[in-house]
Amino acid sequence: MPSRLIRPVVAAVASAGATLALAQDRPTVVPGAHDALAAAGRQAAHIGALWNLTVAICTAVFCAILLGLVLSLWRSGRAREDVPADLSSIGRHERGPYLSVLWSVGVSIGLLLVLVVASVVTDRALARMSLENAVNIDVTSHQWWWELRYGADQPSDTFTTANELHVPVGRPVVLKLRTDDVIHSLWVPSLAGKKDLITGRTATMQFRADRAGRYRGQCAEFCGFQHAFMAFEVIADPPDRYDAWVAAQRRLAAEPTDATARRGQEVFLRSACIMCHAIEGTSAGARKGPDLTHLGARTTIAAGTLPNRPAELARWIANPQDFKPGVNMPATTLSNDDMSALVAYLESLK
Amino acid sequence: MSARLFTVTALVAIALAGCYREKREFQSPAETSPPDPAKLSAVLPGASAALKPGSQPSPDRSHYEENAYAVNQGKRLYRWYNCSGCHSNGGGGMGPPLMDEKWLYGHEPRAIYATIVEGRPNGMPAFGGRIPDDQVWQIVAYVRSLSGQLRKDVAPSRADALSAAPPENTRENEKPVPEKAASSAASSAQ
Repeated sequence: MPSRLIRPVVAAVASAGATLALAQDRPTVVPGAHDALAAAGRQAAHIGALWNLTVAICTAVFCAILLGLVLSLWRSGRAREDVPADLSSIGRHERGPYLSVLWSVGVSIGLLLVLVVASVVTDRALARMSLENAVNIDVTSHQWWWELRYGADQPSDTFTTANELHVPVGRPVVLKLRTDDVIHSLWVPSLAGKKDLITGRTATMQFRADRAGRYRGQCAEFCGFQHAFMAFEVIADPPDRYDAWVAAQRRLAAEPTDATARRGQEVFLRSACIMCHAIEGTSAGARKGPDLTHLGARTTIAAGTLPNRPAELARWIANPQDFKPGVNMPATTLSNDDMSALVAYLESLK
Repeated sequence: MSARLFTVTALVAIALAGCYREKREFQSPAETSPPDPAKLSAVLPGASAALKPGSQPSPDRSHYEENAYAVNQGKRLYRWYNCSGCHSNGGGGMGPPLMDEKWLYGHEPRAIYATIVEGRPNGMPAFGGRIPDDQVWQIVAYVRSLSGQLRKDVAPSRADALSAAPPENTRENEKPVPEKAASSAASSAQ
Protein backbone atom coordinates (compact mmCIF):
# COMPACT_ATOMS: atom_id res chain seq x y z
CA MET A 1 0.00 0.00 0.00
CA PRO A 2 1.51 3.36 -0.98
CA SER A 3 -0.34 5.20 1.81
CA ARG A 4 1.28 2.94 4.41
CA LEU A 5 4.68 3.96 3.11
CA ILE A 6 3.92 7.65 2.77
CA ARG A 7 2.04 8.30 6.03
CA PRO A 8 5.09 7.99 8.35
CA VAL A 9 6.96 10.49 6.14
CA VAL A 10 4.04 12.94 6.28
CA ALA A 11 3.80 12.50 10.05
CA ALA A 12 7.54 13.12 10.46
CA VAL A 13 7.38 16.32 8.36
CA ALA A 14 4.31 17.52 10.27
CA SER A 15 5.90 16.93 13.65
CA ALA A 16 9.08 18.68 12.51
CA GLY A 17 6.91 21.64 11.49
CA ALA A 18 5.13 21.62 14.83
CA THR A 19 8.46 21.57 16.69
CA LEU A 20 9.66 24.52 14.62
CA ALA A 21 6.45 26.41 15.38
CA LEU A 22 6.78 25.70 19.10
CA ALA A 23 10.35 26.91 19.00
CA GLN A 24 9.03 30.24 17.71
CA ASP A 25 6.48 30.54 20.53
CA ARG A 26 3.65 30.17 18.10
CA PRO A 27 0.52 28.36 19.31
CA THR A 28 -0.25 25.59 16.86
CA VAL A 29 -3.55 24.56 15.40
CA VAL A 30 -4.33 20.83 15.39
CA PRO A 31 -5.28 20.28 11.76
CA GLY A 32 -7.96 17.96 10.43
CA ALA A 33 -7.23 15.10 8.04
CA HIS A 34 -5.19 16.22 5.03
CA ASP A 35 -4.61 13.07 3.02
CA ALA A 36 -5.32 12.49 -0.66
CA LEU A 37 -4.78 8.75 -0.12
CA ALA A 38 -7.48 8.36 2.55
CA ALA A 39 -10.58 9.45 0.66
CA ALA A 40 -13.51 10.64 2.76
CA GLY A 41 -15.76 11.41 -0.17
CA ARG A 42 -16.90 10.07 -3.52
CA GLN A 43 -14.84 12.46 -5.70
CA ALA A 44 -11.63 11.87 -3.77
CA ALA A 45 -12.21 8.09 -3.95
CA HIS A 46 -12.41 8.22 -7.77
CA ILE A 47 -9.28 10.35 -7.98
CA GLY A 48 -7.55 8.01 -5.50
CA ALA A 49 -8.37 4.96 -7.64
CA LEU A 50 -6.92 6.64 -10.74
CA TRP A 51 -3.82 7.57 -8.75
CA ASN A 52 -3.36 3.99 -7.50
CA LEU A 53 -3.67 2.60 -11.03
CA THR A 54 -1.16 5.15 -12.37
CA VAL A 55 1.32 4.39 -9.59
CA ALA A 56 0.93 0.62 -10.14
CA ILE A 57 1.53 0.85 -13.90
CA CYS A 58 4.45 3.26 -13.60
CA THR A 59 6.05 1.12 -10.87
CA ALA A 60 5.70 -2.03 -12.99
CA VAL A 61 7.22 -0.32 -16.05
CA PHE A 62 10.06 1.16 -14.02
CA CYS A 63 10.89 -2.22 -12.45
CA ALA A 64 10.69 -4.01 -15.83
CA ILE A 65 13.10 -1.52 -17.43
CA LEU A 66 15.57 -1.76 -14.52
CA LEU A 67 15.36 -5.56 -14.60
CA GLY A 68 15.97 -5.62 -18.35
CA LEU A 69 18.96 -3.30 -18.00
CA VAL A 70 20.52 -5.37 -15.19
CA LEU A 71 19.96 -8.63 -17.09
CA SER A 72 21.49 -7.36 -20.32
CA LEU A 73 24.52 -6.00 -18.44
CA TRP A 74 24.88 -9.34 -16.65
CA ARG A 75 24.67 -11.42 -19.81
CA SER A 76 26.86 -9.31 -22.11
CA GLY A 77 30.41 -10.55 -22.57
CA ARG A 78 33.26 -8.63 -20.90
CA ALA A 79 35.63 -7.04 -23.41
CA ARG A 80 39.37 -7.35 -22.89
CA GLU A 81 41.71 -4.39 -23.28
CA ASP A 82 43.89 -5.89 -26.00
CA VAL A 83 41.00 -7.20 -28.11
CA PRO A 84 39.50 -4.62 -30.54
CA ALA A 85 35.77 -4.05 -30.29
CA ASP A 86 33.57 -6.31 -32.42
CA LEU A 87 31.72 -3.94 -34.78
CA SER A 88 30.53 -6.61 -37.19
CA SER A 89 26.89 -6.37 -36.04
CA ILE A 90 26.59 -2.76 -37.22
CA GLY A 91 24.51 -2.63 -40.36
CA ARG A 92 23.36 -6.22 -39.98
CA HIS A 93 19.68 -6.91 -39.41
CA GLU A 94 19.28 -8.62 -36.02
CA ARG A 95 15.98 -10.27 -35.32
CA GLY A 96 16.24 -10.29 -31.46
CA PRO A 97 16.74 -6.58 -30.68
CA TYR A 98 14.33 -5.67 -33.51
CA LEU A 99 11.55 -7.69 -31.87
CA SER A 100 12.33 -6.33 -28.36
CA VAL A 101 11.98 -2.72 -29.56
CA LEU A 102 8.75 -3.58 -31.36
CA TRP A 103 7.38 -5.28 -28.24
CA SER A 104 8.26 -2.47 -25.84
CA VAL A 105 6.75 0.19 -28.14
CA GLY A 106 3.58 -1.90 -28.36
CA VAL A 107 3.38 -2.44 -24.59
CA SER A 108 4.02 1.28 -23.88
CA ILE A 109 1.23 2.31 -26.28
CA GLY A 110 -1.10 -0.24 -24.69
CA LEU A 111 -0.37 0.88 -21.10
CA LEU A 112 -0.67 4.57 -22.01
CA LEU A 113 -4.02 3.82 -23.63
CA VAL A 114 -5.13 2.12 -20.41
CA LEU A 115 -4.20 5.29 -18.49
CA VAL A 116 -6.01 7.55 -21.00
CA VAL A 117 -9.16 5.44 -20.78
CA ALA A 118 -8.96 5.33 -16.97
CA SER A 119 -8.54 9.12 -16.89
CA VAL A 120 -11.57 9.69 -19.12
CA VAL A 121 -13.66 7.23 -17.10
CA THR A 122 -12.66 8.98 -13.85
CA ASP A 123 -13.51 12.38 -15.30
CA ARG A 124 -16.95 11.15 -16.36
CA ALA A 125 -17.52 9.58 -12.95
CA LEU A 126 -16.64 12.91 -11.27
CA ALA A 127 -19.11 14.75 -13.49
CA ARG A 128 -21.87 12.16 -12.99
CA MET A 129 -22.35 12.84 -9.28
CA SER A 130 -26.04 13.52 -8.67
CA LEU A 131 -26.64 17.11 -7.55
CA GLU A 132 -30.08 16.47 -6.18
CA ASN A 133 -30.79 18.29 -2.91
CA ALA A 134 -27.37 19.98 -3.09
CA VAL A 135 -26.06 22.56 -0.63
CA ASN A 136 -25.02 25.75 -2.46
CA ILE A 137 -22.19 27.79 -1.01
CA ASP A 138 -20.45 30.83 -2.53
CA VAL A 139 -16.74 30.85 -1.77
CA THR A 140 -14.77 34.07 -2.25
CA SER A 141 -11.03 33.98 -1.68
CA HIS A 142 -9.16 36.97 -0.29
CA GLN A 143 -5.55 37.62 0.59
CA TRP A 144 -5.37 35.51 2.86
CA TRP A 145 -8.64 33.99 3.99
CA TRP A 146 -11.85 32.42 2.67
CA GLU A 147 -15.29 34.00 2.71
CA LEU A 148 -18.19 31.50 2.73
CA ARG A 149 -21.72 32.56 1.92
CA TYR A 150 -24.52 30.03 2.41
CA GLY A 151 -27.44 30.66 0.07
CA ALA A 152 -31.10 30.03 0.95
CA ASP A 153 -34.51 30.36 -0.66
CA GLN A 154 -35.35 33.21 1.70
CA PRO A 155 -32.80 36.03 1.35
CA SER A 156 -32.99 36.63 5.10
CA ASP A 157 -31.80 33.05 5.67
CA THR A 158 -28.49 33.53 3.88
CA PHE A 159 -25.49 33.97 6.13
CA THR A 160 -21.77 34.56 5.83
CA THR A 161 -18.93 32.95 7.70
CA ALA A 162 -15.23 32.42 7.13
CA ASN A 163 -12.58 29.72 6.86
CA GLU A 164 -14.67 26.88 8.31
CA LEU A 165 -16.92 25.15 5.80
CA HIS A 166 -19.62 23.03 7.45
CA VAL A 167 -21.25 20.46 5.15
CA PRO A 168 -23.76 17.66 5.78
CA VAL A 169 -22.55 14.07 5.32
CA GLY A 170 -24.04 12.31 2.30
CA ARG A 171 -25.43 15.40 0.56
CA PRO A 172 -23.71 16.86 -2.52
CA VAL A 173 -22.12 20.29 -2.09
CA VAL A 174 -21.77 22.82 -4.94
CA LEU A 175 -19.21 25.54 -4.35
CA LYS A 176 -19.31 28.64 -6.53
CA LEU A 177 -15.76 29.96 -6.51
CA ARG A 178 -14.74 33.59 -6.99
CA THR A 179 -11.71 35.63 -5.99
CA ASP A 180 -11.55 39.16 -4.68
CA ASP A 181 -7.95 39.84 -5.67
CA VAL A 182 -5.32 37.48 -7.11
CA ILE A 183 -5.51 33.86 -8.27
CA HIS A 184 -5.98 31.30 -5.49
CA SER A 185 -6.69 27.57 -5.59
CA LEU A 186 -9.00 25.57 -3.35
CA TRP A 187 -7.81 22.12 -2.32
CA VAL A 188 -9.20 19.68 0.23
CA PRO A 189 -7.27 16.51 -0.63
CA SER A 190 -9.45 14.22 1.47
CA LEU A 191 -12.61 15.26 -0.38
CA ALA A 192 -11.87 16.46 -3.93
CA GLY A 193 -9.30 17.69 -6.44
CA LYS A 194 -7.97 21.24 -6.81
CA LYS A 195 -9.84 24.09 -8.43
CA ASP A 196 -8.37 27.49 -9.28
CA LEU A 197 -10.15 30.72 -8.41
CA ILE A 198 -9.29 33.09 -11.24
CA THR A 199 -9.75 36.85 -11.15
CA GLY A 200 -12.94 37.92 -12.92
CA ARG A 201 -14.26 34.40 -13.45
CA THR A 202 -16.61 32.06 -11.63
CA ALA A 203 -15.75 28.39 -11.24
CA THR A 204 -17.76 25.61 -9.65
CA MET A 205 -16.67 22.60 -7.65
CA GLN A 206 -18.78 19.64 -6.55
CA PHE A 207 -18.02 17.12 -3.87
CA ARG A 208 -19.71 14.95 -1.30
CA ALA A 209 -18.40 13.98 2.12
CA ASP A 210 -19.26 10.38 2.95
CA ARG A 211 -17.65 10.22 6.38
CA ALA A 212 -18.11 12.69 9.23
CA GLY A 213 -14.93 14.41 10.32
CA ARG A 214 -12.68 17.45 9.99
CA TYR A 215 -10.73 17.80 6.76
CA ARG A 216 -8.01 20.37 6.23
CA GLY A 217 -7.87 22.45 3.07
CA GLN A 218 -5.18 24.77 1.78
CA CYS A 219 -4.72 27.40 -0.90
CA ALA A 220 -2.73 25.58 -3.57
CA GLU A 221 -1.71 28.47 -5.82
CA PHE A 222 0.94 30.92 -4.66
CA CYS A 223 -1.02 34.07 -3.83
CA GLY A 224 1.39 36.34 -1.98
CA PHE A 225 3.34 36.68 1.23
CA GLN A 226 1.02 34.66 3.50
CA HIS A 227 0.00 31.96 1.03
CA ALA A 228 1.19 29.30 3.47
CA PHE A 229 -1.19 30.55 6.16
CA MET A 230 -4.26 30.45 3.96
CA ALA A 231 -5.71 27.23 5.26
CA PHE A 232 -9.30 26.33 5.90
CA GLU A 233 -11.26 23.42 7.23
CA VAL A 234 -14.21 21.39 6.01
CA ILE A 235 -16.29 20.04 8.87
CA ALA A 236 -18.58 17.22 7.71
CA ASP A 237 -21.41 16.75 10.21
CA PRO A 238 -24.28 14.26 10.33
CA PRO A 239 -27.42 15.95 8.88
CA ASP A 240 -29.07 16.75 12.22
CA ARG A 241 -25.95 18.41 13.63
CA TYR A 242 -25.49 20.32 10.37
CA ASP A 243 -29.08 21.59 10.53
CA ALA A 244 -28.56 22.73 14.10
CA TRP A 245 -25.39 24.56 13.04
CA VAL A 246 -27.21 26.28 10.16
CA ALA A 247 -30.04 27.35 12.47
CA ALA A 248 -27.50 28.84 14.89
CA GLN A 249 -25.63 30.65 12.11
CA ARG A 250 -28.84 32.21 10.78
CA ARG A 251 -29.49 33.97 14.08
CA LEU A 252 -28.24 37.50 14.60
CA ALA A 253 -25.42 37.99 17.08
CA ALA A 254 -26.66 37.69 20.65
CA GLU A 255 -26.91 40.94 22.60
CA PRO A 256 -24.23 40.95 25.30
CA THR A 257 -25.68 40.12 28.68
CA ASP A 258 -22.94 40.93 31.20
CA ALA A 259 -21.19 44.25 31.72
CA THR A 260 -17.79 43.10 30.37
CA ALA A 261 -19.23 41.88 27.08
CA ARG A 262 -21.32 45.06 26.76
CA ARG A 263 -18.19 47.15 27.17
CA GLY A 264 -16.49 44.88 24.61
CA GLN A 265 -19.24 45.61 22.11
CA GLU A 266 -18.80 49.35 22.70
CA VAL A 267 -15.05 49.00 22.11
CA PHE A 268 -15.72 47.10 18.88
CA LEU A 269 -18.17 49.69 17.58
CA ARG A 270 -15.99 52.72 18.34
CA SER A 271 -12.61 51.49 17.17
CA ALA A 272 -11.11 50.59 13.81
CA CYS A 273 -12.72 47.10 13.82
CA ILE A 274 -15.95 48.29 12.20
CA MET A 275 -14.11 49.66 9.16
CA CYS A 276 -13.70 46.10 7.84
CA HIS A 277 -15.73 43.60 9.90
CA ALA A 278 -19.44 42.83 10.20
CA ILE A 279 -21.45 41.55 13.17
CA GLU A 280 -25.04 40.93 12.12
CA GLY A 281 -27.44 42.54 14.56
CA THR A 282 -25.16 45.51 15.30
CA SER A 283 -24.29 48.57 13.24
CA ALA A 284 -21.06 46.90 12.06
CA GLY A 285 -21.65 45.91 8.44
CA ALA A 286 -18.35 46.19 6.56
CA ARG A 287 -17.45 43.30 4.30
CA LYS A 288 -13.68 43.68 3.79
CA GLY A 289 -12.63 41.35 6.59
CA PRO A 290 -14.16 38.08 7.83
CA ASP A 291 -17.72 38.19 9.20
CA LEU A 292 -17.54 37.95 13.01
CA THR A 293 -21.23 37.31 13.78
CA HIS A 294 -20.46 33.86 15.23
CA LEU A 295 -16.72 34.08 15.76
CA GLY A 296 -16.94 32.24 19.08
CA ALA A 297 -18.24 29.13 17.31
CA ARG A 298 -15.14 28.82 15.11
CA THR A 299 -12.13 26.78 16.17
CA THR A 300 -9.39 28.84 14.52
CA ILE A 301 -8.68 32.47 13.68
CA ALA A 302 -6.86 34.04 10.73
CA ALA A 303 -7.46 31.17 8.28
CA GLY A 304 -6.14 28.36 10.46
CA THR A 305 -3.19 30.38 11.76
CA LEU A 306 -4.06 30.37 15.47
CA PRO A 307 -6.42 28.41 17.73
CA ASN A 308 -9.46 30.45 18.70
CA ARG A 309 -8.76 30.99 22.39
CA PRO A 310 -9.03 34.28 24.34
CA ALA A 311 -5.28 34.64 24.86
CA GLU A 312 -4.46 34.04 21.19
CA LEU A 313 -7.30 36.28 20.00
CA ALA A 314 -6.01 39.13 22.17
CA ARG A 315 -2.46 38.71 20.83
CA TRP A 316 -3.81 38.57 17.28
CA ILE A 317 -5.86 41.80 17.65
CA ALA A 318 -2.99 43.61 19.36
CA ASN A 319 -0.59 42.86 16.51
CA PRO A 320 -1.55 40.56 13.62
CA GLN A 321 1.80 41.28 11.95
CA ASP A 322 3.54 39.20 14.64
CA PHE A 323 1.84 36.07 13.31
CA LYS A 324 1.10 36.86 9.68
CA PRO A 325 3.41 39.63 8.39
CA GLY A 326 1.82 41.52 5.54
CA VAL A 327 -1.76 40.67 6.43
CA ASN A 328 -4.18 43.50 5.74
CA MET A 329 -5.39 43.73 9.34
CA PRO A 330 -3.68 46.59 11.19
CA ALA A 331 -2.46 46.51 14.77
CA THR A 332 -5.00 47.84 17.26
CA THR A 333 -3.79 49.68 20.33
CA LEU A 334 -6.19 49.16 23.22
CA SER A 335 -5.85 49.41 26.98
CA ASN A 336 -5.70 46.06 28.80
CA ASP A 337 -9.26 46.40 30.14
CA ASP A 338 -10.65 47.33 26.74
CA MET A 339 -8.82 44.44 25.10
CA SER A 340 -10.06 41.82 27.56
CA ALA A 341 -13.61 43.18 27.28
CA LEU A 342 -13.41 43.07 23.47
CA VAL A 343 -12.09 39.49 23.52
CA ALA A 344 -14.80 38.44 26.01
CA TYR A 345 -17.44 39.94 23.71
CA LEU A 346 -16.07 38.31 20.55
CA GLU A 347 -15.74 34.91 22.23
CA SER A 348 -19.34 35.21 23.47
CA LEU A 349 -20.59 35.33 19.86
CA LYS A 350 -21.39 31.63 19.60
CA MET B 1 39.42 49.16 -11.86
CA SER B 2 38.57 47.87 -15.29
CA ALA B 3 35.71 49.43 -17.22
CA ARG B 4 33.70 46.22 -17.12
CA LEU B 5 34.01 45.85 -13.34
CA PHE B 6 33.00 49.48 -12.95
CA THR B 7 29.92 48.98 -15.13
CA VAL B 8 28.85 45.85 -13.23
CA THR B 9 29.31 47.56 -9.85
CA ALA B 10 27.36 50.60 -11.02
CA LEU B 11 24.52 48.42 -12.36
CA VAL B 12 24.33 46.44 -9.10
CA ALA B 13 24.28 49.67 -7.08
CA ILE B 14 21.47 51.08 -9.25
CA ALA B 15 19.48 47.82 -8.97
CA LEU B 16 19.90 47.67 -5.18
CA ALA B 17 18.70 51.27 -4.86
CA GLY B 18 15.43 50.09 -6.41
CA CYS B 19 14.84 47.71 -3.48
CA TYR B 20 14.05 50.65 -1.19
CA ARG B 21 11.07 51.48 -3.37
CA GLU B 22 9.50 48.08 -2.55
CA LYS B 23 10.61 47.76 1.09
CA ARG B 24 7.56 46.68 3.07
CA GLU B 25 6.99 47.99 6.57
CA PHE B 26 4.50 45.76 8.31
CA GLN B 27 5.00 46.84 11.90
CA SER B 28 3.22 50.05 12.81
CA PRO B 29 5.18 52.46 14.98
CA ALA B 30 4.47 51.71 18.62
CA GLU B 31 1.83 54.00 20.03
CA THR B 32 2.09 54.76 23.71
CA SER B 33 -1.61 55.46 24.20
CA PRO B 34 -4.73 54.60 22.22
CA PRO B 35 -5.60 57.25 19.64
CA ASP B 36 -8.02 59.88 20.87
CA PRO B 37 -11.33 59.20 19.11
CA ALA B 38 -12.45 62.81 19.50
CA LYS B 39 -9.96 64.80 17.47
CA LEU B 40 -11.68 68.07 16.71
CA SER B 41 -11.15 70.07 13.58
CA ALA B 42 -10.33 73.73 13.44
CA VAL B 43 -13.23 74.58 11.17
CA LEU B 44 -11.23 76.84 8.90
CA PRO B 45 -10.33 76.38 5.27
CA GLY B 46 -6.61 75.88 4.89
CA ALA B 47 -5.98 75.30 8.58
CA SER B 48 -3.54 72.42 8.69
CA ALA B 49 -2.83 70.08 11.57
CA ALA B 50 -4.82 71.90 14.19
CA LEU B 51 -5.35 68.91 16.43
CA LYS B 52 -7.19 69.24 19.70
CA PRO B 53 -4.89 70.87 22.26
CA GLY B 54 -3.15 68.27 24.36
CA SER B 55 -3.53 65.40 21.93
CA GLN B 56 -0.40 63.53 20.91
CA PRO B 57 1.01 64.60 17.56
CA SER B 58 1.23 61.46 15.47
CA PRO B 59 4.55 60.49 13.91
CA ASP B 60 4.82 61.87 10.40
CA ARG B 61 4.90 58.95 7.96
CA SER B 62 4.98 60.98 4.75
CA HIS B 63 8.04 58.95 3.69
CA TYR B 64 5.44 56.44 2.48
CA GLU B 65 5.40 58.61 -0.64
CA GLU B 66 8.75 57.03 -1.57
CA ASN B 67 7.42 53.52 -1.22
CA ALA B 68 5.45 51.74 -3.95
CA TYR B 69 4.05 49.11 -1.58
CA ALA B 70 2.65 51.72 0.83
CA VAL B 71 1.07 53.73 -2.00
CA ASN B 72 -0.57 50.59 -3.38
CA GLN B 73 -1.90 49.68 0.06
CA GLY B 74 -3.25 53.24 0.14
CA LYS B 75 -5.04 52.54 -3.12
CA ARG B 76 -6.57 49.36 -1.65
CA LEU B 77 -7.69 51.21 1.49
CA TYR B 78 -9.09 54.11 -0.57
CA ARG B 79 -11.47 51.57 -2.12
CA TRP B 80 -12.09 49.61 1.11
CA TYR B 81 -13.03 52.65 3.18
CA ASN B 82 -15.27 53.95 0.43
CA CYS B 83 -13.41 57.20 -0.27
CA SER B 84 -14.62 56.59 -3.83
CA GLY B 85 -18.21 56.91 -2.56
CA CYS B 86 -17.83 60.72 -2.62
CA HIS B 87 -14.56 61.45 -4.42
CA SER B 88 -15.06 58.78 -7.08
CA ASN B 89 -11.74 57.50 -8.42
CA GLY B 90 -10.33 61.00 -8.05
CA GLY B 91 -12.77 62.72 -10.40
CA GLY B 92 -15.07 63.87 -7.62
CA GLY B 93 -18.82 63.66 -7.20
CA MET B 94 -20.47 64.50 -3.93
CA GLY B 95 -16.99 65.43 -2.73
CA PRO B 96 -14.36 67.52 -4.53
CA PRO B 97 -12.13 65.93 -7.20
CA LEU B 98 -8.69 64.83 -6.03
CA MET B 99 -6.90 64.60 -9.38
CA ASP B 100 -6.81 68.30 -10.26
CA GLU B 101 -4.62 71.17 -9.11
CA LYS B 102 -7.10 72.68 -6.62
CA TRP B 103 -6.72 71.92 -2.91
CA LEU B 104 -9.30 73.47 -0.58
CA TYR B 105 -7.38 72.51 2.56
CA GLY B 106 -3.79 72.25 1.42
CA HIS B 107 -1.86 69.78 -0.68
CA GLU B 108 0.96 68.97 1.78
CA PRO B 109 0.88 65.44 3.26
CA ARG B 110 0.34 66.89 6.74
CA ALA B 111 -2.72 68.87 5.55
CA ILE B 112 -4.29 65.88 3.83
CA TYR B 113 -3.65 63.81 6.96
CA ALA B 114 -5.51 66.41 9.01
CA THR B 115 -8.39 66.41 6.51
CA ILE B 116 -8.83 62.65 6.85
CA VAL B 117 -8.37 62.46 10.62
CA GLU B 118 -10.40 65.57 11.59
CA GLY B 119 -12.90 65.79 8.77
CA ARG B 120 -13.88 69.05 7.01
CA PRO B 121 -17.08 71.08 6.78
CA ASN B 122 -19.77 70.15 4.26
CA GLY B 123 -19.53 66.40 4.49
CA MET B 124 -15.98 65.08 4.95
CA PRO B 125 -16.27 62.74 7.97
CA ALA B 126 -13.55 62.52 10.61
CA PHE B 127 -11.81 59.15 10.45
CA GLY B 128 -9.62 59.76 13.52
CA GLY B 129 -9.77 56.72 15.82
CA ARG B 130 -11.31 54.62 13.04
CA ILE B 131 -8.36 54.28 10.69
CA PRO B 132 -4.94 53.51 12.24
CA ASP B 133 -2.32 56.20 11.72
CA ASP B 134 -0.07 54.34 9.33
CA GLN B 135 -3.04 53.45 7.13
CA VAL B 136 -4.03 57.15 7.03
CA TRP B 137 -0.51 57.98 5.85
CA GLN B 138 -0.78 55.31 3.15
CA ILE B 139 -4.06 56.85 1.96
CA VAL B 140 -2.42 60.31 2.02
CA ALA B 141 0.35 59.05 -0.24
CA TYR B 142 -2.19 57.54 -2.63
CA VAL B 143 -4.34 60.69 -2.70
CA ARG B 144 -1.28 62.68 -3.71
CA SER B 145 -0.51 60.19 -6.46
CA LEU B 146 -3.97 60.87 -7.97
CA SER B 147 -2.81 64.28 -9.21
CA GLY B 148 0.67 63.11 -10.13
CA GLN B 149 2.51 64.50 -7.07
CA LEU B 150 4.58 61.33 -6.59
CA ARG B 151 7.53 59.89 -8.49
CA LYS B 152 6.50 57.80 -11.49
CA ASP B 153 8.30 54.68 -10.24
CA VAL B 154 6.37 54.80 -6.96
CA ALA B 155 2.82 55.68 -8.09
CA PRO B 156 0.51 52.72 -8.86
CA SER B 157 0.32 51.45 -12.41
CA ARG B 158 -2.70 50.10 -14.28
CA ALA B 159 -5.57 49.06 -12.00
CA ASP B 160 -7.11 45.56 -12.01
CA ALA B 161 -10.59 46.96 -12.64
CA LEU B 162 -11.77 49.02 -15.59
CA SER B 163 -10.88 52.66 -15.09
CA ALA B 164 -11.73 55.76 -17.11
CA ALA B 165 -8.64 57.67 -16.00
CA PRO B 166 -5.08 56.82 -17.01
CA PRO B 167 -2.96 54.95 -14.41
CA GLU B 168 -1.59 57.10 -11.58
CA ASN B 169 2.01 56.68 -12.70
CA THR B 170 1.33 58.19 -16.12
CA ARG B 171 -0.41 61.33 -14.87
CA GLU B 172 1.00 64.80 -15.35
CA ASN B 173 1.98 66.60 -12.17
CA GLU B 174 -0.91 69.02 -11.53
CA LYS B 175 0.97 71.89 -9.94
CA PRO B 176 -1.00 72.86 -6.81
CA VAL B 177 -2.54 76.34 -7.08
CA PRO B 178 -1.77 78.58 -4.06
CA GLU B 179 -4.39 78.09 -1.36
CA LYS B 180 -5.81 81.63 -1.61
CA ALA B 181 -6.52 81.28 -5.31
CA ALA B 182 -8.05 77.88 -4.75
CA SER B 183 -10.32 79.04 -1.93
CA SER B 184 -11.47 82.12 -3.88
CA ALA B 185 -12.16 79.87 -6.87
CA ALA B 186 -14.16 77.60 -4.57
CA SER B 187 -16.14 80.48 -3.09
CA SER B 188 -16.93 81.89 -6.52
CA ALA B 189 -18.16 78.47 -7.55
CA GLN B 190 -20.60 78.34 -4.62
